[in-house]
Amino acid sequence: MLEILQYDFMRNAFLTAILASIACGIIGVYVVVKKIASLTGGISHASFGGIGLGYFLGTNPLYGLIPFSLLSAVIMGLVSRRSKVSEDTATSILWSLGMALGIIFISMTPGYAPDLMTYLFGNILTVSTSDLHIMIALNALIVIIVYALYKEFMAVCFDEEFALVIGVAVERIYLLLLCLIALTIVLLIKVVGIILIIALLTMPASLSAHYTHNLRNMMYLSICFGAVFSIMGLILSYTLDIPSGATIILVMSAVYSIHFIYDGIRKKVHA
Amino acid sequence: MTKIIELQNVWVKYGDVTILEDINLTVYDKDFLGIIGPNGGGKSTLLKVILGLITPDKGIVKLLGDKPEKTRRYVGYVPQYISFNFTFPISVWEVVLMGRMNNMGPLKKYSEKDKQAAQEALTKVKMLEYKDRQISELSGGQRQRVLIARSLVIGPKLLILDEPATGVDAVMQKEFYELLRELKQHIAIIMVSHDISAVSIYVDKVACLNRKLYYHSSKELSPEDIEAAYMCPVEILAHGTPHRVLKTH
Repeated sequence: MLEILQYDFMRNAFLTAILASIACGIIGVYVVVKKIASLTGGISHASFGGIGLGYFLGTNPLYGLIPFSLLSAVIMGLVSRRSKVSEDTATSILWSLGMALGIIFISMTPGYAPDLMTYLFGNILTVSTSDLHIMIALNALIVIIVYALYKEFMAVCFDEEFALVIGVAVERIYLLLLCLIALTIVLLIKVVGIILIIALLTMPASLSAHYTHNLRNMMYLSICFGAVFSIMGLILSYTLDIPSGATIILVMSAVYSIHFIYDGIRKKVHA
Repeated sequence: MTKIIELQNVWVKYGDVTILEDINLTVYDKDFLGIIGPNGGGKSTLLKVILGLITPDKGIVKLLGDKPEKTRRYVGYVPQYISFNFTFPISVWEVVLMGRMNNMGPLKKYSEKDKQAAQEALTKVKMLEYKDRQISELSGGQRQRVLIARSLVIGPKLLILDEPATGVDAVMQKEFYELLRELKQHIAIIMVSHDISAVSIYVDKVACLNRKLYYHSSKELSPEDIEAAYMCPVEILAHGTPHRVLKTH
């Protein structure tokens, strides 16, 4: 089994899986406890516009992706909070708008968009060393901000109204959280692609909520779950020669389903 | 007496619908005011106006003598119970300490003084022994006590409670109101409720709200007030002399 580690791209892939799990474990917990999974799905899909922009400008699509995903996070946050349109509707509109922009940009780009599928469905085997550096930097940024604003994020996620009354800058903190989600999406894109990201941001966190009622422990646990599942998925995809991103999601979904079926049966037996 | 709250000719509209119409209300130090009224009558909106969470279309709002945005951090606020996500992974201790977050910047840890205040508040509501429990593991009454402790840790001059009896079972409710009665010795309390009988027993002053506010700075409301507010005759249980809401008639 260990012989797969002799390839550079496999070593990078394993490192990517672990790095992705850190950001994903921390931010995924917020996505789950704040119940903003669909908003997160919206940001992730809207980010496709950024990838298209990157292609159109002829740069590394990541450079189009980072500003675009941050911008869509802020717009989505502001529109869903301030406009009279319901958050659900606003999310769906921006979700499709971003994707539509991406498609237009790509169609306007001469020639063939080489690794478009990578961004849609992920391909962890294509992660370069410079991508790894970007991932490390983003991870560091996310960890530092969450460490510094742990109390604020907790207050805003638990009880926005009370937080506002006692003087927390609720809207700014909330928008910052959405920006961290956007950065996490950037980090995860090579792993599973924008379409599958939402599973990676919800399953490990939701599973960990089953084992602990402490926010911090939930983060540690969901980092572990994420790392274990993505490495399992990676090995399985290598062995069976099937797409890595989808395999990771399938492994995760399988464990998730078995866990809840087992739990349901156990509760019935005990009842 | 110090004026804690002053509302002058306050109007709130959502589009074409008037939610609050020409509200005038003064609350003094150590008042215990109950606000009753039908659902949708604007009770929660009124509380949000007082806290500056909603800006009125017209009128003046003063909280502790200044704009609510500046002074609301000195108010203990207990939001409506149903607005909470009690599956949230947070302990009693963490919830109560949250009340001490004002004036704290990023990275700052809670001081010994903060912890002491949290301990005192939990003692006051008799929940100290539960401090390491998760809120998901508590009963409705216990959660409500924790939320009150959170609002007390800053040493507020005013306590604002939105439907505080929701989720609290009948036995615990009595104990809960006794706690409020004890607190009102030192601070002003405003409580919104649709439980008219509870309000009539425990509060000192009653206002009735249904778009307009019926209030005479006392515990008495005329049957006409109640009828006007509820827009239909309401049968009210009279509780004998110490607890009358309605004048003898």
